[in-house]
Amino acid sequence: MKITLYIIQKEFKQIFRNKGMLPIIFVLPLLQLIILSNTATFEVKNIQFSYIDNDHSTSSRALLEKFNASTYFDVVNGFNTSKEAESAMLEGAVDVVLEIPTDFHQHLLKNQKAVLGIRINAIDGAAAGVTNVYILQVLKSYNKQLQTKLVQFSNYNEKPVTIITIPSFWYNETLNYKTFMVPGILVLLVTMITLFLSGMNIVREKEIGTLEQINVTPIKKNQFIIGKLFPFWIIGILLLSVGLIISKIIFNVPMLGSYILMYSYTTIYILVILGIGLFISNYTDTQQQAMFIAWFFMVIFILMSGLFTPIESMPNWAQFITEFNPIKYFVEVMRMVMLKGASFNDILPQFLKTLLYAIVMNALAVWSYKKTN
Amino acid sequence: MSISVSHISKSYKKVKALENISFDVKPGELFGLIGPDGAGKTTLFRILTTLMLADDGIAKVDNFDVITDYKNIRNCVGYMPGKFSLYQDLTVEENLNFFATIFGTTIEENYDLIKEIYIQIEPFKTRRAGNLSGGMKQKLALCCALIHKPTVLFLDEPTTGVDPVSRKEFWEMLKRLQHKGITILVSTPYMDEASMCDRIALIQEGKILEIDKPELIVKKHLKDIYNIRANDMFLLIQSLKSYKNHYSIYPFGEFVHYTDKNKDFNSTELKKYLETKKLTNIIIEKTTVTIEDAFMELAK
Repeated sequence: MKITLYIIQKEFKQIFRNKGMLPIIFVLPLLQLIILSNTATFEVKNIQFSYIDNDHSTSSRALLEKFNASTYFDVVNGFNTSKEAESAMLEGAVDVVLEIPTDFHQHLLKNQKAVLGIRINAIDGAAAGVTNVYILQVLKSYNKQLQTKLVQFSNYNEKPVTIITIPSFWYNETLNYKTFMVPGILVLLVTMITLFLSGMNIVREKEIGTLEQINVTPIKKNQFIIGKLFPFWIIGILLLSVGLIISKIIFNVPMLGSYILMYSYTTIYILVILGIGLFISNYTDTQQQAMFIAWFFMVIFILMSGLFTPIESMPNWAQFITEFNPIKYFVEVMRMVMLKGASFNDILPQFLKTLLYAIVMNALAVWSYKKTN
Repeated sequence: MSISVSHISKSYKKVKALENISFDVKPGELFGLIGPDGAGKTTLFRILTTLMLADDGIAKVDNFDVITDYKNIRNCVGYMPGKFSLYQDLTVEENLNFFATIFGTTIEENYDLIKEIYIQIEPFKTRRAGNLSGGMKQKLALCCALIHKPTVLFLDEPTTGVDPVSRKEFWEMLKRLQHKGITILVSTPYMDEASMCDRIALIQEGKILEIDKPELIVKKHLKDIYNIRANDMFLLIQSLKSYKNHYSIYPFGEFVHYTDKNKDFNSTELKKYLETKKLTNIIIEKTTVTIEDAFMELAK
């Protein structure tokens, strides 16, 4: 026990003396949390909207005015020909081209029907889909306006039948993406820092040769490993705490669930990550190798975590792989506890899987750590 | 026996690092492993300090087997690897404290043993180990290896890269430690340090060439050795190699060390021969045999 405590003390001394490492551990992650949470957004805004108005009628102008009024669209100047519009889209200057045919106004009055041409830049398919929905919404409201106008001229008895839907958004009423992203990004930061630090830590002792010196001593495996990894466990918990404070103060993310539940889950979760880190450092000889391997896993874990893309829309085999992704569970738990106020029973499946993961990973790591080669 | 090694072999894939090595070190002895780089010295140290398993053979340290009793060995040996491997970002005192703690002891408990060495670095005890000079790093490493009062001390090339004054000091420290009853196994590529050991083993390419007291090894080398010098070193070596009675020739500092096939070597005859090769300023004189000469002879 005394030996373990001394190693922990030594580790902290070394961490605080490393002037390059300290800001990386404590300042950068929080900067990332603040910056990334503002930028990692799925909202489609500032759509560069252009038009080709062949009609120049009151109707066409009214329609364009509708787009102008929308906050999603930035209406840039109209084009005279299709060709100009196409080249502008090719250059990336515009995202949407709305083409209003010559007899738009007349058709509307005569046939109560008109056709519009819409071209959307769909390099980013998801954004194009969202843009399309926005355009349809604008057109729908324009339609309604027209209908009421036309109805006024005709028979009063024929009331138009419309179905109105009033959605109510649960758990995130204002559809604020930050509420959704902040808990996820916080998970990433805690994971990244603890994985990289623990992965590089024992390798570093290998590199500078102190590990050999220590291996000749009667120190026990578990004393050494616990002493080495415990400081990173503390750093992980600290990061979570500071991150939670920031998400409350700056982003005003609600915290509906219990802090005790979140911390007790995190306690086990960090053990998984430390186990992975130790496992990596057992099979590498330099910090560089350890860093690359840690990055490799990190990227896969992030992309398959459901943080940015929903797991439900992945192919079945990929969904199966995500079962082995600890970040997935942490993201789920974080969102459930913070936004839905989940109780222990709600997160029990994630809790048990993480616990099992922690036991397996640490057993493997300790088993593969050898004092002799 | 403090250390007994019998028929130890170790290969790294196709390279044979150690081949059938056997020797014994008596308690309280200062035993030297002398050999060039790549001779297998470090491999042997790693096997004896339980960091590596041999392919074949039995080794015992303090009568504990390196495979079955490795835990006991780790309690009673001190090891100082060739590469400085202490925490550069911890201070002198913290490093020493760290090693004392993981051996379950304290600096105070065994202060007697390290006192003489530690006094020299004590003024710098709050300095980080990374900022120490080479000689002081060496002393700190030795202190750390001694802090738990080991019975056997393994020093792997402790004087490589250390200045001559510090080297001399270091060997004096080893002598004093030996008087305190510690068995010391030390390796070095410097032949001139061999004479400081009680016994030495000359080792090359994983094989032991000779084990004996340094002075006896020199004595066994019965041939007389001559220092030869001339104005043109290269031409001198070329000429000597074509001389009919030559036995061995190798450069040695500013001289060439020469041995002759015949016991009744005639220096005037050789001088005349060299003069015919247009060499001038020729000096030929008898010299005392050193370990290096013996090694060159054995390694031939």
